[in-house]
Amino acid sequence: MDGWLNLSPEEWTAVRLSVRVATVAMLTSLPIGIAVAYVLARCKFPGKSFVDGLVLLPLILPPVVTGYLLLLTFGRRGMIGSFLADQFGIVFSFRWTGAALACAVMGFPLMVRAIRLSIEAVDRRLEEAAGTLGANPFWAFVFVTFPLIAPGIVAGMILCFAKAMGEFGATITFVSNIPGETQTLPSAIYTFTQVPGGEAGALRLTLVSISISMAALMVSELMARWVGRKIWTE
Amino acid sequence: MTIEVDVAHRLGVFALEVRFTSQGRLIAFFGRSGAGKTSLVNVIGGLIRPDRGRVAVDGTTLVDTASGIFVPAHRRRVGYVFQEGRLFPHLTVRQNLMFGRWFRPPQERKVQLETVLDLLGIGHLLQRRPGALSGGEKQRVAIGRALLASPRLLLMDEPLAALDDERKTEILPFIERLRDEANIPIIYVSHSLAEVSRLANSIVVLRNGRVVAVGDPAEVLSRTELVPHDAVEEAGAVIEARISQHDMEFGLSTLQSKAGPLRAPYLDLPVGTVVRVRIRARDVMIANAPPVGLSALNVLPGIVVKLRKSGETAVEVTIDCNGVKLEARLTRKSVETLGLATELPVYAVLKSVALDKSTLGRSPLSAGLHGADLGVRLPDERADRSR
Repeated sequence: MDGWLNLSPEEWTAVRLSVRVATVAMLTSLPIGIAVAYVLARCKFPGKSFVDGLVLLPLILPPVVTGYLLLLTFGRRGMIGSFLADQFGIVFSFRWTGAALACAVMGFPLMVRAIRLSIEAVDRRLEEAAGTLGANPFWAFVFVTFPLIAPGIVAGMILCFAKAMGEFGATITFVSNIPGETQTLPSAIYTFTQVPGGEAGALRLTLVSISISMAALMVSELMARWVGRKIWTE
Repeated sequence: MTIEVDVAHRLGVFALEVRFTSQGRLIAFFGRSGAGKTSLVNVIGGLIRPDRGRVAVDGTTLVDTASGIFVPAHRRRVGYVFQEGRLFPHLTVRQNLMFGRWFRPPQERKVQLETVLDLLGIGHLLQRRPGALSGGEKQRVAIGRALLASPRLLLMDEPLAALDDERKTEILPFIERLRDEANIPIIYVSHSLAEVSRLANSIVVLRNGRVVAVGDPAEVLSRTELVPHDAVEEAGAVIEARISQHDMEFGLSTLQSKAGPLRAPYLDLPVGTVVRVRIRARDVMIANAPPVGLSALNVLPGIVVKLRKSGETAVEVTIDCNGVKLEARLTRKSVETLGLATELPVYAVLKSVALDKSTLGRSPLSAGLHGADLGVRLPDERADRSR
């Protein structure tokens, strides 16, 4: 049993990659997520329910379908993928960036939902008050709306991160399962379960996965409580 | 300040159609709830874009739909004290107060924090958050926040409506000081006769989205038909009087008014201060001969000028006391017993204790005489400050 819990270098690689993919997915989708949540919460426009549905779609579709759609659009020959590769040299297919894109797409609905709910809960009369004090709509957002929705943003970020850490179907369909490049934690666990004698490795990574998820949850609790205390009491 | 309003706006089934010009340091919009007072204030503050019309303050046009002018709220420099305070819950009192100031260019920051803290007595609250304030404190902070944005006009929409009577008497003196000392014109919205008669230089009465009267308080408020039905109990004459003497032994102050001397419970104001007295019609008794053996200290001779039936039981009697019109509300039975008729000389009798804190306040006219005086201290206000 000695050293049973020690991760092999390959396993460490998968852990590091997973954390990096999830972090990048969370951070890059954040500004877009806030913007989309704001528009959905505050604006009325024709086709709103279509946009709403589009944002939620990855939540409902089988992840494999989402992954395949990503492959079609962001793959080397896909419409957007070929454009990005030719113009900017950005390649998604079979790279860790592709894994991050897949995770971001899968986590996006959760993030938008959490932020949108918090925006809808903001008392708009406070923004009016900021306006009468001389704040234009931009400053009113920065000084009033944003601090008030901060707990919702934190919640949305953590949900997106957790979803990204566990993303499997879309990732493996879009960017495959290449050790060191696109093999995230769930893919690594899956691989272990497919080979004889892989149980120990699968169990080790499962424990790692549980610890990271628990830690993320606790951090989000702490942050939400910290922000909440700042807002609602002395 | 002069304000010109001529707007029409539709909100669902409610139509606001208002046209008036008014002048004064404190203009009150008076009327029952649903009369359109808040909508009108929102038009002036820039929170509602009217369907049609024009609003100008001291010659500056804020809205003119004909020429496509609509100054957005954040460029109007119109302070707004909301009924519910609307303090920012995530900021401390200090941050709330400084919020509007931050958006003003330095040369336009006319109002200083220290002045406001002193004026409103909120210096001890700076580090707290709105969640930890009482209703009265919140409303004072809201007033301070609006003031520190250095507005050219201050809108106050029922700032006392959400407070109990004790808090109201706590805040009213602050609003009086604001009116007399801050040099910022105020539009004050209220459905309370007590507040309006005590504070206003000029009154605009609204009913069902329309203006039914504009004028000075003494004139407008003595017309009981203009007073909302639920406030009729509080209706009466509004007169100005000057404090001529304090009687410390009995705790009384003597006021000289055009109608004659009035004795009121002691007022902690210097001799010479002009105060405004609301004499409720229901507090006035009438005698047809000089009364003897009577506890009431105030007896004013006058002549009956008008009798008007009000419901089955009551009669509104208007008495002219040396040019000042007093209102008395009597039963029909008493009117008949006394044989009251117009042109009849009578005596209006008023108990001193009927002149209490809710009916007496420093007059807007007193500012000129005691502009620098910050000495309005009601006892409970002092207690609040030392807390």
